[in-house]
Amino acid sequence: MSDLTRMTATEIAALVAGGETSAVEVTRAHLDRIAAVDDRVHAFLHVDTDGALDAARAVDARRAAGEELGPLAGVPVAVKDVLATRGVPTTVGSKILEGWRPPYDATIVQRLRDAGTVMLGKTNMDEFAMGSSTEYSAYGPTHNPWDLSRIPGGSGGGSAAALAAYEAPLAIGSDTGGSIRQPGAVTGTVGAKPTYGGTSRYGLVAFSSSLDTPGPCARTVLDAALLHQVIGGHDPRDSTSIPQPVPDVVAAAKLGATGDLTGVRLGIVSEFVGEGTEPGVMTAFRESVDALAKLGAEIVEVSCPTFAYALPAYYLIAPSECSSNLARFDGVRFGLRVGDDGNRSLEEVMSLTREAGFGPEVKRRIMLGTYALSSGYYDAYYGQAQKVRTLITRDFTAAFERVDALISPTTPFTAFPIGARTADPYQMYLADLFTIPTNLYGGPGISVPCGLSEGLPVGLQVMAPTMADDRMYRVAAALESAVGTFTPPAL
Amino acid sequence: MTTTLPAYDEVVARYEPVIGLETHVELGTNTKMWCGCPTDFGGEPNTRVCPVCLGLPGSLPVANKAAIEAIIRIGLALNCSIAQWCRFARKNYFYPDMPKNFQISQYDEPICVDGYLDVEVGGETVRIEIERVHLEEDTGKTLHVGGATGRIHGATESLVDYNRAGIPLVEIVTKPVVGTGALAPDVAKAYVAELRDVIRTLGVSDVRMEEGSLRCDVNTSLNLPGQEWGTRTETKNVNSLRSVERAVRSEMLRQASVLEAGGRITQETRHFHEDTGDTTPGRSKETATDYRYFPEPDLVPVAPDPAWVAELKAALPELPRVHRRRLQQQWGLSDLDMQSVLNAGAVELIEATVAAGTTPAAARKWWLGELSRRANESGVELADIGATPAQVAELQGLVDAGKLNDKMARTVLEGVVDGEGSPTEIMTSRGLEVVSDTGALTAAVDEAIAANPGIADKIRSGKVAAAGALVGAVMKTTRGQADAKTVRELILERLGVQG
Repeated sequence: MSDLTRMTATEIAALVAGGETSAVEVTRAHLDRIAAVDDRVHAFLHVDTDGALDAARAVDARRAAGEELGPLAGVPVAVKDVLATRGVPTTVGSKILEGWRPPYDATIVQRLRDAGTVMLGKTNMDEFAMGSSTEYSAYGPTHNPWDLSRIPGGSGGGSAAALAAYEAPLAIGSDTGGSIRQPGAVTGTVGAKPTYGGTSRYGLVAFSSSLDTPGPCARTVLDAALLHQVIGGHDPRDSTSIPQPVPDVVAAAKLGATGDLTGVRLGIVSEFVGEGTEPGVMTAFRESVDALAKLGAEIVEVSCPTFAYALPAYYLIAPSECSSNLARFDGVRFGLRVGDDGNRSLEEVMSLTREAGFGPEVKRRIMLGTYALSSGYYDAYYGQAQKVRTLITRDFTAAFERVDALISPTTPFTAFPIGARTADPYQMYLADLFTIPTNLYGGPGISVPCGLSEGLPVGLQVMAPTMADDRMYRVAAALESAVGTFTPPAL
Repeated sequence: MTTTLPAYDEVVARYEPVIGLETHVELGTNTKMWCGCPTDFGGEPNTRVCPVCLGLPGSLPVANKAAIEAIIRIGLALNCSIAQWCRFARKNYFYPDMPKNFQISQYDEPICVDGYLDVEVGGETVRIEIERVHLEEDTGKTLHVGGATGRIHGATESLVDYNRAGIPLVEIVTKPVVGTGALAPDVAKAYVAELRDVIRTLGVSDVRMEEGSLRCDVNTSLNLPGQEWGTRTETKNVNSLRSVERAVRSEMLRQASVLEAGGRITQETRHFHEDTGDTTPGRSKETATDYRYFPEPDLVPVAPDPAWVAELKAALPELPRVHRRRLQQQWGLSDLDMQSVLNAGAVELIEATVAAGTTPAAARKWWLGELSRRANESGVELADIGATPAQVAELQGLVDAGKLNDKMARTVLEGVVDGEGSPTEIMTSRGLEVVSDTGALTAAVDEAIAANPGIADKIRSGKVAAAGALVGAVMKTTRGQADAKTVRELILERLGVQG
């Protein structure tokens, strides 16, 4: 049998279902690959060897018993460490949760288990999903498999790198401002942010509640769609979950793979193809646009002037919500507790715990958000940002009256060297310039590999109206059929 | 420092009080506000908890529809407008009994606004304006161990029980109540009592102040006539109706003494002490805490369907005030008599006693007489006196059946209040039954006649009134357990005299 780790999830599932390989064999192959390369990549914070093999055995037993298996049964999945996993360490990339083993599973994790997928472990991330390079993980950076001296994007760099390094065929990420799509773009993998409310946030350790969206990561569009189908759908435990069925993203991906986009109108966001985007990224993007046109798509330019205000609005809304969401990390009930020597007051212990437990970027955002929500500043900052959010939503709505989907480069630049942007937060924030508007609007977005620039992957982003996730899968799969997938150099 | 408090009459002659009440009511829903944990009172610490009410990372709240329904019904009963669209908000502050270090509450978009509640005080109707009624979650309970005061400062360790965390809590806030003068303490008490009755009638909470399912904070200030309102204090820990009245009165007296001495009132929280009837200072509110309210992003807005609200409104039960008017008619009471029933907190007790088969007059006699006296003596609410309407009805049944006379019934009632058992049990255990066995009575009568031949002769000669002395003698030998009327008839019969 050829290398199981090089296969797509679709291929693996077929082999397992057909009895040509076992889930245990597939799992062992991936665990071996992790053992071989992860000391260099550092995609994983925790590898759950026993749990993975147990889950694989259960799938094999079900198959042996003649039970019908789901479309992803026996396929390994790497899960971003932002999701609560029962009995399995969940740190959110932070020291403040070091050693915490949740007593419950996130809804998505439960759905993955129910579907017979095999969770390999938990992937590295910027602390509390705040960052665009995974350098802000309290447990050290993840390295981009395309060039180990470069960042794999963030915050979900671990999940993206695990895919690019063939440590897992599928991964789960979460996208608050681009944390699935931007790592996808810079690692040459596919990352989809579903419609907000289309995937359950229950068990997702919150960064910014009104923006956080868990979603699928894979090496192909169809694999991402299959994973999306498994994890998506209404969850009564999440009040903001949309009580509607998941759009048929799998059928859409299959339709797109036929390479026909006749009758599809695509809008290039004018504001995102100007200065500030690397020339190599622009070249790959332009070539992809030509490819899409050849597939029959009608291409127009659409101006969304308010998108220019997305970044500042985001950096008020997300920190504001985070300042409140992260208040619960106080050392009282779980996780790290510092300074409880019997002589210090509760307040001192809380302060010392938070001082020691949170990293610099998290503290920066808590401070920002606390300020923005303060009495007397609320209207000028948080209130104003919410108004901008409404305007951005209007721009999207207006655009989608003209086109079926919007397209842009996923991120202005390819993977940068580790350490290159940590000194200036603003330079780091720019990585999410093109992905943030979608989060503020709540619609779906996907990044699909569209070419290389100086040997590094470039991603194209497709944005669709809310609950029209299927549309972006169709376009992404069509592009994939035209430009193919991209394989990093051997590690 | 000891200060001599001025006389209450002088205070109200000089100052005008302004009061305001914030009342918290724990709803009696089966499950908590955001999760499926049970809400029953008590339970081993931290056994009625889950990831949601413990605020574990990743957990999310989902609003309890039964709680939304309950608060809308409360709002409707308080004549409020019901918002067609409103949101929850986060109130951010650090405290260990708050699992998330923010409380999900409502801020500038409460679900019910602009209502009123009419209460009767001293025969007058006072309209208390309701500013807002909103929904929030309760906190856990903290036990501070090792400190002198039981407060967090000075404690060596703190234990937290999260069983209560997340129980739905309704906050009802009045507008400032002005112009009640000397009656301010009574108005405050009457308002809380009326509110309690309304909520109990709705069946959405057991509103038990002693268990904390109804909690009240009282704002009080004084001003000179024609002047701006004074600085207010907020008195917490007011755990009974009586305390509401006492807290307002005590705070009025305290503030007056400060003002009289040329001092100024500090804006602060004060704690009421049931034992002394005083308030002591708590947290200063001079520097306002910034709670950094913002709309709760984890919850979708609440948008009650107007048709549903109309349905709830149509289905409201008869509210206490209307109900009382009906009872007053049924019981044939004057306004004054009804007022004394109300003042005693006896409406429901009498109603239940009547429902158990007693006449309104008899039921009222017991609750307003003997039982009210006992309640006043022991300083408890009449409803908590220890006698139930069923027991009172049973007692009256024994009287009506001639088994107890009035005096004995009072003795039995004492026993009931003291927890000795049911009236019938106490009658037996204390050997209090009326001697109706004619054989034994006849023997006692004969004995009395034989012992008092002179009186017996007088009666025989027609001086029937003299029979009283013999009745007394018989009552003495039967230790009061005979029916005086029966004894009298028997004496006359034995002496061959017509009554």
